Amino acid sequence: MPDALLRTVNMTKRFGGLVAIDSLDLDVLPGTIHSVIGPNGAGKTTVFNCIMAFLAPDKGEIWFDGERIDGLTPDRVAASGISRTYQNLRLFRNVSAIENILVGMHLHLRTSWWSAVLSTRANREEEREAHREAERLLHFVGLRGRGDVLARNLSYGDQRRLEIARALATRARLIMLDEPAAGMNPRESRELMVFIRNLRDERGLTVLLIEHHMQLVMNISDRITVLDHGQKIAEGLPDEVKNDPVVVEAYLGTRKRHPAEHA
Amino acid sequence: MSFEIVSSGFQHRQRTGTPLSQALKTGIVFGVLSLYLALVGVYLTFDKSWVVVNVLSMGRTLLFVVPLLAGVQFARLNRSQSRAVQLGGTLLVGLIVGGFTACLLPVILFGNLRVMFVALSSPLAKMLALGLTPVLGAAVLVAGSAAAALFGALLTVMSPTVRRPITVGLAALAVVALLQEVLQLILRGGGAAFSFITRGLFQYGGLTVRGAIIVFVAAALVSIVVARLRAPFKARFAELPPGAARFLRQAGIVILLAAIIFFPLIGGSFVAQVFLLVGLYALMGMGLNVEVGLAGLLDLGFVAYFAIGAYTIALLTADSPHALASMSFWAALPIAVLVSVAFGFLFGIPVLGIRGDYLAVATLGIGEIVRVLVLSDVAQPLLGGAQGILNIPSPAIGSFELATPTSLYFLTVCCLALATYFAFRVQDSRLGRTWMAMRDDEDVAQALGINLVKTKLLAYSIGAAFAGVAGAIFAVMLKSIFPHSFQLLISINILALIIVGGLGSLGGVIVGALVLIGLPELLREFGEYRFLLYGAVIVAMMRLKPEGLWPARIRRRETADA
Ligand SMILES: Nc1ncnc2c1ncn2[C@@H]1O[C@H](COP(=O)(O)OP(=O)(O)OP(=O)(O)O)[C@@H](O)[C@H]1O
Ligand SMILES: [Mg+2]
Repeated sequence: MPDALLRTVNMTKRFGGLVAIDSLDLDVLPGTIHSVIGPNGAGKTTVFNCIMAFLAPDKGEIWFDGERIDGLTPDRVAASGISRTYQNLRLFRNVSAIENILVGMHLHLRTSWWSAVLSTRANREEEREAHREAERLLHFVGLRGRGDVLARNLSYGDQRRLEIARALATRARLIMLDEPAAGMNPRESRELMVFIRNLRDERGLTVLLIEHHMQLVMNISDRITVLDHGQKIAEGLPDEVKNDPVVVEAYLGTRKRHPAEHA
Repeated sequence: MSFEIVSSGFQHRQRTGTPLSQALKTGIVFGVLSLYLALVGVYLTFDKSWVVVNVLSMGRTLLFVVPLLAGVQFARLNRSQSRAVQLGGTLLVGLIVGGFTACLLPVILFGNLRVMFVALSSPLAKMLALGLTPVLGAAVLVAGSAAAALFGALLTVMSPTVRRPITVGLAALAVVALLQEVLQLILRGGGAAFSFITRGLFQYGGLTVRGAIIVFVAAALVSIVVARLRAPFKARFAELPPGAARFLRQAGIVILLAAIIFFPLIGGSFVAQVFLLVGLYALMGMGLNVEVGLAGLLDLGFVAYFAIGAYTIALLTADSPHALASMSFWAALPIAVLVSVAFGFLFGIPVLGIRGDYLAVATLGIGEIVRVLVLSDVAQPLLGGAQGILNIPSPAIGSFELATPTSLYFLTVCCLALATYFAFRVQDSRLGRTWMAMRDDEDVAQALGINLVKTKLLAYSIGAAFAGVAGAIFAVMLKSIFPHSFQLLISINILALIIVGGLGSLGGVIVGALVLIGLPELLREFGEYRFLLYGAVIVAMMRLKPEGLWPARIRRRETADA
């Protein structure tokens, strides 16, 4: 078995008395689609926040590609090759779609601000190339020709696509998607499924996915981790997890509490 | 973020209510406005200057402009009502406004509120009574207000082809009257060619009756001609190929810009002095715009960098015991910029982790710390304390000394042009995008690999550099500097001008500086009421044009989309 690309060891996060993540060991293998599922409030988004260094875990370690990344600032984590999207869309709303992507490309643009002031040849060429790549990314997520639209004027589904494009623009090796199918209609979710598979198969990316849409998760995941109240209650292949009585119990238990859950 | 208020703007509320209640409301609102203007002394102060010399004072005009505006407002709200309702309502509005104002007469004559309101003096009573006996004066005042309201309402409902020449004529009259001092100065500077215009329109202190009529009629005629030519001209313009149209538009902008830049040459040294000040504020505005407009970092201590630039020049060039060196201005200028940048960097560090509204308070503190330090006994031997540093020599090119306001103005224009170009380049660069991302969502920006520390410190440093240049020119303009020249008020002025101009817009910085710094200087009468004007302009702007006079590209798009 290859080494994990992302590994958390004994990761714990408390909010006051609430244990949002409880000693979580998570191994995400390179080139896989790894899903994290669990009822509302299980701590899934908190896992992302801890990895991305938005939150500092109280205990435990986080390793990425053989390097310890807990304790770094978010920009350093991003530079190490991790990128994410947000459950409640966080685009730069007041700028155009293409500018959102260009910001995402920040990490691998090299020329300095004074070369922009002097408008050096290197700077102009880099900018031109950056715009071309941004256009390619727009095309890749299905937003071709919509580059000049303000992000907030895109439809909900398009905003989700744009957020993914922005995350891809960092050229991260691990992409963390937080409920990308939320608010999408069935056709859009099917397209998304194909799209996520492409990320793995064509771009060779590793995907860490939080998703409530069970059909989607079961269809595309290589591996699934189930959280409940911050604890890992099951892990394995989709079929193993699907039939695990503990998982069924956790989901049924919460369904009574959350009748609106769309599993 | 704190200036979301600025960008989101205020919604115009849907007005409802019967014409009667609206008349009452409008009357009371404008009546209170009139009372306010009387109590703070605006009427009395403006009574000293003339619209038409010895015939009509500005104060008296204002006295009737208020009910006139009330009439306009009422007529606007009641366009769809019948003529009778409009007439009755307008009269009521005018009577209420006039009544409010007239109420001051007995208050002044029989009461004694001067302890609280200095303006409530017998000269004000005389002015309100229009030079008549109190009773008769009050009656004329109320009747006149009603007439003014009626005139305002009439203007509102009449057809635009008639209205436009009248309003344009009146507006021109107002502008010429307000600017008469400067205009006379400029025209005198123009030599014999203009002297017949001067004699034809003005006498000492303002317009003559003949002059007023000429100005009104001329402006009205021009407006009629323009209205006639406008449609065919627009049609022709639309037919032009897009390239030519763009060229014409750009040529227009260039010509306008050149006219503004070279205006002080014909305007004489007073105008040059005003424009110099505008230029310095615009330069600082460029800097603060980098911090606030582009990077979203509210900074109320900005004056500190201005002061640091000025003090560096003073210390390095002055012929004074405090001087550390006796360099030329040109050698000291880059050092002043570097020192400002260093302090921008330094002061940026403690506020790195502070966001939003708290940032305003923290930077405010930093600005004050600098001022207090300069004034303190500790720094006295080095910086001269309250006595400041004197004898700062003017910059010289060869044997030519840049000592006049005009020459310093051109120095400022050059620096401003450089700064504008710099800001223009940076805002569309990777750094500009980084700032924009940080302004929109700091956390997300950071998660995309943006180093917030570096990005913020760059914004502070670049902003400080522009302010440092402005400070350097300021020092040689005054030839001596004192700590009291660097008040918090300057930071607030700069913030106000970039907001009024349009946050994040380079053109807006210049427009904002012209409006908020230039106008009050040209309008001497406003001197005392500068901040009243500020407040009024800003509130009006936020209501009518929250994106600024010259909106940034992005904001323009935002409001267009909205
Ligand atoms: N910043 C925070 N401060 C305090 N409590 C928090 C914070 N973030 C999350 N929590 C709490 O931690 C628990 C886990 O939240 P989290 O957002 O990780 O759940 P989730 O699994 O993503 O749920 P959902 O499916 O609803 O998105 C919840 O009880 C939540 O209220
Ligand atoms: Mg969540």
